[in-house]
Amino acid sequence: MNLLGIEHLDRSEIETILERSKHFQPLAGQSFQQFETLRGKMIVNLFFEASTRTRTSFEIAARRLGAEALSITASGSSVSKGESLVDTLNTLGAMRPQAIVMRHAASGAPHFLSRHLPIPIINAGDGTHEHPTQALLDARTILDQRPTLEGLRVAIIGDIAHSRVARSNIHLLSKFGSDIVLCGPASLLPRELKALAPGVTLTNNIREAIQDADVIMMLRVQLERQHEVPMSAGEYFQFYGLRLEHLALAKPHAIVMHPGPINRGRELSSEVADSQRSVILNQVENGIAVRMAVLERVLG
Amino acid sequence: MSSLLIRNGRVLDASTGFDGVRDIAITDGKFAQSAPNGSPEFNARGMIVAPGFIDMHVHLREPGMEHAETIESGARAAAAGGFTTICCMPNTSPVNDSATVTSYIVSRAQQNAIVHVLPIGAITKGLAGEELAAIASMKKAGIVAISDDGRPVMNSRVMRRAMEFARSLDLPVIDHCEDLNLSAGGDMHEGVMSTRLGLRGIPSSSEDVMVARDIILAETTGARYHVAHISTRHAVSMVAFAKARGLRVTAETTPHHFVLHDKELHRYDSNYKMKPPLRCEIDVDAVIEGVVSGAIDAIATDHAPHAGNDKMQEFERCPFGITGLETAIGLSLEALVHTGRISLMRMVELFTTGPARVLSLAAGTLAEGATADVTIFDAERSWTYDVSQSQSKSRNSPFDGKVFRGGPVATVVNGRIVWSVC
Repeated sequence: MNLLGIEHLDRSEIETILERSKHFQPLAGQSFQQFETLRGKMIVNLFFEASTRTRTSFEIAARRLGAEALSITASGSSVSKGESLVDTLNTLGAMRPQAIVMRHAASGAPHFLSRHLPIPIINAGDGTHEHPTQALLDARTILDQRPTLEGLRVAIIGDIAHSRVARSNIHLLSKFGSDIVLCGPASLLPRELKALAPGVTLTNNIREAIQDADVIMMLRVQLERQHEVPMSAGEYFQFYGLRLEHLALAKPHAIVMHPGPINRGRELSSEVADSQRSVILNQVENGIAVRMAVLERVLG
Repeated sequence: MSSLLIRNGRVLDASTGFDGVRDIAITDGKFAQSAPNGSPEFNARGMIVAPGFIDMHVHLREPGMEHAETIESGARAAAAGGFTTICCMPNTSPVNDSATVTSYIVSRAQQNAIVHVLPIGAITKGLAGEELAAIASMKKAGIVAISDDGRPVMNSRVMRRAMEFARSLDLPVIDHCEDLNLSAGGDMHEGVMSTRLGLRGIPSSSEDVMVARDIILAETTGARYHVAHISTRHAVSMVAFAKARGLRVTAETTPHHFVLHDKELHRYDSNYKMKPPLRCEIDVDAVIEGVVSGAIDAIATDHAPHAGNDKMQEFERCPFGITGLETAIGLSLEALVHTGRISLMRMVELFTTGPARVLSLAAGTLAEGATADVTIFDAERSWTYDVSQSQSKSRNSPFDGKVFRGGPVATVVNGRIVWSVC
């Protein structure tokens, strides 16, 4: 079994993973519990793109389940010697890991590989396409605060065009009946996004997006994926940065999320990032629990 | 010398409008009143017998990329696809931008190719879009048109000069219409599907603005101007508009642009990656409409072979283009004829008199005394395309395993059967 994206995942499959991840959530004050479910298994984390939190999160998740985790980053591998992606994966495959967790800058790279390799592949982010475990951990985080995703108004604000986090979240939230408002400057908010899934609306006005929102997801401006001169940082923050004054427009107990890494003063103010409304660190914590559930599901 | 009698076929000749069962006689490589006694015979009962098909847009990769295709292998693939004449684009290595390279291609074709190979010369040196190539010398050496195919001529002044010069030589100018600033970094058609897949888009507007510019320049210069692989609805309507104004503007489209949509890209399979990209349904419908209405003059394959390892990469790293010679007739029958959109005669026209007129070729006729090139195909025969058996050196086709209704049966060049099915 692979986990390539949320788009083609059943609602029931998502529910199973989210439910199982509760089992791995450490209760406050309790120390980490060690599991043995994946004892004797090896998981390779193959990161062709820089990542700290996702890679670490997958490593910890694997270890807590008793598996061995080996992380490889592209800069230190044969990729820099001109080896093709298929050859790299075939070589790793010959070492017989039970799964490969892969991040790659090219959209569809894990989908392409999954057709040529027998080993399960977990997509840890492919280009500007999907980042399924991020959407799962975001859903887990919302569900820790709300009984259901249905009917929630979720504003996703920022560089939607280049965001795999947005795409995976849109698919997941839509499957569960949330209202999804996407917001950003026109060049980062293609009109076609509306057709991505049911329940999606678009606006270029941050106030409109936040109005009555239950959840506010802020996204980083992905300068590394933009190929044109973007708005100046100052102008961006002025029109699309989340500040405390905005929170008054949202529902009273609305939560603020961000997949990280955050840029204070760029897409959100320090005050918001550190406010009671922010669940950014809960997201990080849930990342481990959700990835444990995913690894167990894929390898179990 | 070769003589042949093709018997009992349904003859479709778009140059005369003849449609009926009759025999075709060939003597000394030319169509004749009768064939000498004892000439070999081909029984074409139940089949269509047409003037030899012309593919005015192929890439043969020789010189320079012989691992992907050669003039010899490309010509074999053409014959297996029912083509008797192919026109090869100049983006070889070196580029066909001088009489030396043109002569090389012509002589290699004479030695090795089983179909007629007509070179198309570059518009600019090295396809760089800056300085005009040696167009007059290339014409003398045998080119039938000029094009920087694979790249547009971005500089409008250079394009204007090329058109002026080409007009003085009575050569058509073929443009690959793509505004490189609008398409920069794009891997597929820009739309819902590219947004879904997270792939960078090539907007329809990148084609539209260049077609618009070129038509304006064609009017200014009086040049014969031809749009390569037209793929958008606005481009089709602009060509129709130019024709209505009496301009010497023509267009071709490819089978994949009227058979496939951008939805096919959901698996990130690079055999669906080409330029122009597979467009959305509304563009595909407009292209078919253009084929029906006559806005589009010819079907060409844009046969673009790539070695296997080039296509076995991340989608965004894969080169653009697919092979197409062997599947063109089957796809055209499927999408245009069997659907009732066009008649068999119109299809024959799109493969014969259509491209012949664009390029001022004497081909596309069964008239007595003309070179005996014949395409024999069966509009109903069921067959399966097995790309591993392709005559091409490359395997980059999205149609592997596809079951076709109708396809080529035999190909006759200079009165000789150069290919026949099994």
